[in-house]
Amino acid sequence: MTAVDMTPVTNKNVNPRRRVYRPNTKYIPILATLALLIIMYCSAVSNYDGFSQPRVVVNLFRDNAVLLVVAVGMTFVIITGGIDLSVGAVISLTTTLTATLLQGGWPPLVVLPLVLLLGALLGAGMGAVIHFFKVEPFIATLAGLFLARGLALFINQNSIPIRDGLWTTLSEWHLVLGPRVYTTMTALTAVTVVLIAAAVLAWTRFGRNVYAIGGSADSALLMGLPVGRTRILVYTLSGFCAALGGVLFSINSTSGWALQGNGLELDAIAACVIGGVLLTGGSGYVFGALLGVLVTGLIQTIITFQGDLNAAWTRIIIGVLLFGFIVMQRLVTRRAK
Amino acid sequence: MGAQSPVLEMTGIRKVFPGVVALDGVDFRLFPGEVHALMGENGAGKSTLIKVLTGVYDIDGGDIRLGGETVRIGGPLQAQQAGISTVYQEVNLCTNLTVAENIFIGREPRTFGKIRWGVMRKRAAELLAGLDLDLDVSAPLNTYSLAIQQMVAIARAIDISARVLILDEPTSSLDASEVEQLFTVMRRLKEDGVAILFVSHFLDQIYEISDRLTVLRNGQLIGEFETEELPQVRLVEKMIGKDLETLEGLEDKAQRSRARTAEAKPILEAKGVGRTGAIAPFDLTIHAGEVVGLAGLLGSGRTELARLLFGADKADTGEMAVDGKQVNLRDPQIAMKKGIAFSSENRRTEGIIGDLSVRENIILALQASRGWTRPIPRRKQDEIVDKYIKALQIRPADPERPVRNLSGGNQQKVLLARWLITEPRLLIIDEPTRGIDVGAKAEIQKLVAELSDGGMAVLFVSAELEEVLRLSHKIAVLRDRRLVEELENTADVDADRIMQTIASGASS
Amino acid sequence: MTILKNRLFWPAAILLVLLVVNVFASNQFITIQDGHLFGTLPDILRGSAPLILVALGMTLVIATGGIDLSVGSVMAISGAVACLLIKDLSDQNAVGAVLLIVAIAIAVSAVLGAWNGSLVALVGIQPIIATLILMVAGRGLAQLVTDGQIINVQSSPYATIATGFFLTLPVAFLIAMAAVALTGLLTRRTALGLLLESVGGSPAASRLAGIRARRITIMVYVVSGAFAGLAGLIYSANIKSADSIYAGNLIELDAILAVVIGGTALIGGRFSIIGSVLGAILIQTLTVTVVNVGVPSKATLLFKAVVVVALCLSQSLEFRQKVFGRFKRPAARVEVPA
Repeated sequence: MTAVDMTPVTNKNVNPRRRVYRPNTKYIPILATLALLIIMYCSAVSNYDGFSQPRVVVNLFRDNAVLLVVAVGMTFVIITGGIDLSVGAVISLTTTLTATLLQGGWPPLVVLPLVLLLGALLGAGMGAVIHFFKVEPFIATLAGLFLARGLALFINQNSIPIRDGLWTTLSEWHLVLGPRVYTTMTALTAVTVVLIAAAVLAWTRFGRNVYAIGGSADSALLMGLPVGRTRILVYTLSGFCAALGGVLFSINSTSGWALQGNGLELDAIAACVIGGVLLTGGSGYVFGALLGVLVTGLIQTIITFQGDLNAAWTRIIIGVLLFGFIVMQRLVTRRAK
Repeated sequence: MGAQSPVLEMTGIRKVFPGVVALDGVDFRLFPGEVHALMGENGAGKSTLIKVLTGVYDIDGGDIRLGGETVRIGGPLQAQQAGISTVYQEVNLCTNLTVAENIFIGREPRTFGKIRWGVMRKRAAELLAGLDLDLDVSAPLNTYSLAIQQMVAIARAIDISARVLILDEPTSSLDASEVEQLFTVMRRLKEDGVAILFVSHFLDQIYEISDRLTVLRNGQLIGEFETEELPQVRLVEKMIGKDLETLEGLEDKAQRSRARTAEAKPILEAKGVGRTGAIAPFDLTIHAGEVVGLAGLLGSGRTELARLLFGADKADTGEMAVDGKQVNLRDPQIAMKKGIAFSSENRRTEGIIGDLSVRENIILALQASRGWTRPIPRRKQDEIVDKYIKALQIRPADPERPVRNLSGGNQQKVLLARWLITEPRLLIIDEPTRGIDVGAKAEIQKLVAELSDGGMAVLFVSAELEEVLRLSHKIAVLRDRRLVEELENTADVDADRIMQTIASGASS
Repeated sequence: MTILKNRLFWPAAILLVLLVVNVFASNQFITIQDGHLFGTLPDILRGSAPLILVALGMTLVIATGGIDLSVGSVMAISGAVACLLIKDLSDQNAVGAVLLIVAIAIAVSAVLGAWNGSLVALVGIQPIIATLILMVAGRGLAQLVTDGQIINVQSSPYATIATGFFLTLPVAFLIAMAAVALTGLLTRRTALGLLLESVGGSPAASRLAGIRARRITIMVYVVSGAFAGLAGLIYSANIKSADSIYAGNLIELDAILAVVIGGTALIGGRFSIIGSVLGAILIQTLTVTVVNVGVPSKATLLFKAVVVVALCLSQSLEFRQKVFGRFKRPAARVEVPA
């Protein structure tokens, strides 16, 4: 769209040779993902009976609600040029703590905000360490990973069932969208998170500062932007999203277990990359992360439909997709230089 | 103008770094509606003064008054709030964001926290229109040239109601028409009463745009002058000071040794060598024992030419021959095998490896050419390194000290040592004397002369004409990424003659 | 004061303290039984072998400014390949055949390393992203090799790799030490170490100094892959089976940690092999100590986490300045203004 209204530079002094037209460069990765998603879906529909039912698409959101929420938080972090390895561990901490507290008779309306706050605080702590002590995000969130999972295992190593009324109600509740098509609380929450996050990123000062820091933290500082505050907030947000993911997990499974969410950080990062969020920072969209999650979810669904395929193929295909998208990103950014 | 009171007044500014007094009692005044050039050679204290003004450095003594009130500038943000905005040579914007965002980020128009994109774009377009710029404000900044990016930075700066605008070498990477456009903008701002502090290495630009100038040398104030009343020659004198005399010994060198090199065999011959976007195809022959100087303004293609001859960048066209045999210098290793050495102008990023010791930095190129399987024995390393530390007077003379902790001049000597131990036949050095102190500069110049006496060919690239004239047997003049003239450095060739060529193109 | 400033002082001190704690806390710290060393210390040494190997390769990779996230997956693949081949042997105890299979598994791992290295050096992808691909896909490949099953083997020569003893010392530890010695020789007796540090310190300057950075970069990823493969063999020999899910799970994080503890900066440049070995042994000792001290096993990870956090913070210059440097004026930065 930028290509169309880009009027030639009228000022005679500007050397037109110097003005390079690269319309839509920033949309290429996300459009590629969208195209891939559509192609995958269409070919699946034509190959498998029952794939065309709306249920399949709706269930994608249900099955990947946790990953979606976590990927949204991760998107913010990656756009600033950072990374958050602790999200999987924060999920296990949240589910374990939630289940333990509920089992101990705590009122659910206290537990819910408490665990969310804890996730946010953990994130804020990591952000502060990254910003104030100049510890690399990779290392700081790695320590956070150990800490959160350590806490989770310390609280309880076993799977704890949740019998709380609110949780079971939420777990069983669903919204009927049509004949045999219904969606769950968790899916709706995830979609809401995506919409809110997209709005924040696109329309608020905070959102734009996130992009600015990813583009050049030094410039952002010189332009007087609150780099430290934004950076800490981004990790806080990621921690919060992870905790929310944990809550959704515990609602989905009505249980809490310290080994839940193991390796989820990788899936989230992979979803972001496939969704066109540049790991070098400064570029990407929440909707990209959504598409990335849908692509990985669709692969899983297709493998389930195929039936005779080894589950290992999921990871291999995701790996191949990662390779494809990374090489494409590389080509796009190289051209931008 | 005299009746006005200065918007900015700095008195007795002092700034000390360990071992160096960077600013020693410097006064500086800036009036509204003037373009004031800050002049000085590298190391004069210009950068330090600007960093003091922008709050990057705290001062050790002196007084800064802004609009009559004494202020303490604690950081870039405070400086901005006080009305001092800076636009650097390397644009400090976020190029992944749109033009409009870069102007308004941190100050976006909002309703209930939501950014009003439409309003923002409209205001950005208006603001740019005020500077005679018509840009697509919703395009990412990185789709525009550096010149445009700079204008956007200026637009941002003045929109934060800058009383003082600092332009730190904004013209270095701009071509002539872009510079003219920048000047148009500057004149307009001047009319609006903005006080502009302008730094540039181009004397012509200084005389074209500035009203007054302040000259610094070695951290001291030399004086404040009306530009019109100070002839260029006097300005250069004031900037360079008595340094010229310390180098007198080298004066007649070029003509003296010329006779011998005339019969020498060519080492490197380039025919029609060029690279799109970097340098137009050129011919150049370099003989043994000859110093070839590359003269031209920054961005004229000097560095680009030098890089092609070493294979640091790959030439698209043309042929090169070493010792009469054709070679394809497609990467540095090939050039090194042919006895060519190259020291980059970017000492910090493309020269030294800061973490490594002086010893390791010195042996690096020799070791690279031997490959990792044939290490230089430690005893031999110590021998070589000691020899060169003594010969080049590298200070401190500690081979195990990380090279990062050395001064610029000593780092440069380490780099020269790195290449000298590979015993090259052609040494290409790009701006070896930039940003280093006068003593080290003279030593490096002397070294180049000695090397050429010893039969080494040297391609010497420098922004300083005097230096090129003093050292070279032959001078290749570049302009607008084109080699326009090759001159024998005879007695009648002087700076004016070369300046003419640079200004007007080939005289032939 | 100077010894306190050494980057390895604190890790070494902590290791020493942990070992002393173990002397008192464990029933047998070190004795000789059945002609070989027995007790906590030999256990620590044996148990740390895979991590030492992985950390070694990681050190070289990190020195070039890279990172290798795929080591865990490579471990899984290597173990899977070895077990698959051994299972099909007519005589699983044939030493020659097992050795050949070990060599094949390591060669496969080296090829995987070369893939990583090529992506980084030839395609120009950021290392963390390039190795992420194999990290994700590798475990899938391992599962594919084992067809999703756990392959059990009954090969005593293979088991010896992990559980055997030679000259009273655990074979696994000897293998690790041999790798350390080899790496030491490779980097410090040749010019490889210098060139690595140079490439990691400044790729642009290294290129202009005539260093063939691509070759070196690919080589370190190959070495990292091969060592990870060896570590995978030790892991799989220890449990006498190929476990494509848990083999080397999260080991990349431990290895990176070991390297950082050992004083090698993640941005590349100067590296310390001894430091990384120290770091790896420290991590393993920590795990063992927690059990010996009687901290309930569920607190193991938490305890480890606390130590990790402390170590990370202690290595941050800013942290030391802000927390300990209040009474001293911070050292003036040596800077020569341009």
